Amino acid sequence: MADENNNGHICVDVQNVCKSFDDNQVLKGITFDVRCGEIFVIMGPSGSGKSVLLKHLVGLEHPTSGKVMIDRHEITSPELLSEYRIAMVFQSGALLSSLSVADNVGLYLAEHRLKPAKEIRRIVSEKLAIVGLDGTEDKMPTELSGGMKKRVAIARALVMEPQLILYDEPTSELDPLISVTIGEEIVKMRDATQATSIVVTHDRDLGFGIADRMAIIRNGEILALGTPDEVRNSESEEVQTFLKASFQRKQKETES
Amino acid sequence: MFRDIGKLAILIWRTWCALPLVFRQARKVIEQLFDIGYASLFMACLLSIFIGGVLAIQTGPPMVEQGLSSVVGAVVGLSVCKELAPVMMSVLIAGRIGSAMAAEIGSMSVYQEIDALRTMNINPVHYLVLPRVIAVCIALPCLVVFSDLIGWVGGAVVSATNPDINISWQSYFTSLANSVDGGDVINGLIKSLIFAGIIGFISCHQGLMTRGGPRGIGRSVTKAVVNSIILILITDYFASRLLLRLDL
Repeated sequence: MADENNNGHICVDVQNVCKSFDDNQVLKGITFDVRCGEIFVIMGPSGSGKSVLLKHLVGLEHPTSGKVMIDRHEITSPELLSEYRIAMVFQSGALLSSLSVADNVGLYLAEHRLKPAKEIRRIVSEKLAIVGLDGTEDKMPTELSGGMKKRVAIARALVMEPQLILYDEPTSELDPLISVTIGEEIVKMRDATQATSIVVTHDRDLGFGIADRMAIIRNGEILALGTPDEVRNSESEEVQTFLKASFQRKQKETES
Repeated sequence: MFRDIGKLAILIWRTWCALPLVFRQARKVIEQLFDIGYASLFMACLLSIFIGGVLAIQTGPPMVEQGLSSVVGAVVGLSVCKELAPVMMSVLIAGRIGSAMAAEIGSMSVYQEIDALRTMNINPVHYLVLPRVIAVCIALPCLVVFSDLIGWVGGAVVSATNPDINISWQSYFTSLANSVDGGDVINGLIKSLIFAGIIGFISCHQGLMTRGGPRGIGRSVTKAVVNSIILILITDYFASRLLLRLDL
């Protein structure tokens, strides 16, 4: 388990990672690095392999070939990750449905017996207040909206005082106003903790709004990598198609 | 199938290795004990009284006809404590609790809750499997003792009230007390402990292996219950042979 006093932030290095499920090759030689303390956004259409890639970073999946290095150490099992404080905010929030909001947020501290119960309650209330959910401690996850669940998941990540935070589709299924709030929470959290953040999303507004650097991924391959401006100016046709795609009503319908 | 068996064996080994940590999970064990034991008590009571009654009504009349009325209590007593109580209580718990365990853990697998535990460095075996297996291993033998007592009483009621048997309470319980000793009860308890392990491990294993949404959860629940019951009945035969050889 992570040393409590270790506040050093960590970098991530993904080297030529390939992943296949039976005959289906999901990742085809992905290579990128994430610098300490930056917000790195991985963007791409649905089914492009973004979430599978994210799972490799927390040891939930293992590459068929290639390497995932956290803080210059290759990750070969989830146990190796226990040396670091890595938090992940899942697409669905992944709150434990049998536990209250407070128990969910304080789970990491309680299970690892890092703080006494009274102190955990105080920390939980403090973190819930940061994400604007003070007073929801006794609610069950089923009583929360999608946006609230995601904010509770962010509070749960905050409790870990993470060195690396991974967000999987943080704004999916949310309305634009809540999406903006979530985006602000991500930036606020990075500014508060200086934790390295990796955000997987297909939300272009969110991606360009929060990224320090970003990668566009499609069919398991990186099409563009760099700062938001560099990606925006990419010459790749596929990147431009993804960035400029918008809903257009047929001319006839519009006229009528 | 062999892959499944291998994964189940790994799960058993990991749970065994986690046993020293059971006191850290005491609260969860108590919660599970309440679900398994207390909440199953009424069903166990109802099932047991009819098990004793059916045994008495099936064996009583032919035995009385043969002039063996003095052994009806012994037959019911031994059958209940050595076979029927452990097996029937295990089947009840496999259906009632094993299915719930597989469904709960299965839904946690499908909805990424177990992945969330892993990212928080919380071992799902310590957090989910250990408390459930320990609780079922404590609760099932307790339910079996309870079922023994109620089953014996059920047999006595039918023996005393059925005109084809018509044995007094006193002679029924005298026959039972002369034939059933502590070893017979322990025989049933040893079996129930083995069955509890089967239910706990198979249900948790099926839950952890769940993939593919609500349909996957349904499939895991069915597999957990069916596999548990089949394995309980097969193990019962071999456990009975072994315990007979050990003179229990």
